[in-house]
Amino acid sequence: MESVGNIILYFIVAIAIIVFSVLTVTTRKILRSATYLLFVLFATAIIYFQMDYQFLGAVQIAVYAGGILVLFVFAIMLTQQPGKSAEALATHRRWLGLTAALAGVAVCGYALFSYAGFGGRLLSSGVDVNMEKIGQFLLSTDKFGYLLPFEAISVLLLACIIGGVVIARRR
Amino acid sequence: MDLTLFMYLIPSLIMFGCGVYGFITRKNMIAIMISLELMLNSVDINFVVFNRYLFPGQMDGMFFSLFAIAIAAAETALALAIIINVFRIAKNVDINQITKLKF
Repeated sequence: MESVGNIILYFIVAIAIIVFSVLTVTTRKILRSATYLLFVLFATAIIYFQMDYQFLGAVQIAVYAGGILVLFVFAIMLTQQPGKSAEALATHRRWLGLTAALAGVAVCGYALFSYAGFGGRLLSSGVDVNMEKIGQFLLSTDKFGYLLPFEAISVLLLACIIGGVVIARRR
Repeated sequence: MDLTLFMYLIPSLIMFGCGVYGFITRKNMIAIMISLELMLNSVDINFVVFNRYLFPGQMDGMFFSLFAIAIAAAETALALAIIINVFRIAKNVDINQITKLKF
């Protein structure tokens, strides 16, 4: 049995995710779309906190909501006239999108509902996920260590820095 | 009433469907990137929830999400740099108007 607060929090978060992700893709003003995306990202961070992964929730807020959203807003400000709405969608394009999305959701939803009883309830936390443990996992070379992806990510970030400088440089 | 694994997968599924819809229907490149972020985010939720419910003793799903967030951040930064550069050249970020590279 879950605590009542947890269940209420779950319903708030689930409804927020559903409503704001629909609004993100249907609103005509792109800056509003970015704002709704921010709400979706915050709701996702709340799910992470609810799952007891505090570090992941903090990373979600800092990197996604703090970093990527600011980049989006910058790009929107640089490329769009303020207050302009996108033109209405062509009908065939909207139907194509709706068909693809609904078909995907229907197939996955069918698969989900046929396993609805599976997974059960949340087990009490086996381990507490603290910073020390995360750091040791990230830098260990054991069977469950993540040193190689960690280093690969660092090379990727270096490549992105160089790529960003090269792309943004004025010729 | 229990919060089951299933109940967390439903919002994630709807988020992914919205991402697919936006990715197909939007014409603005930045709006397409925003839809892409929605899809990536829903996959992250799935990783975390599956990890928490099915393998609570391990942290693999959490690390997958962590790396996915890092890669998404890098990819978005580069993509937005490219979009701004395209805007500088073509004065437009509409995918229907930018056809110079089209064969």
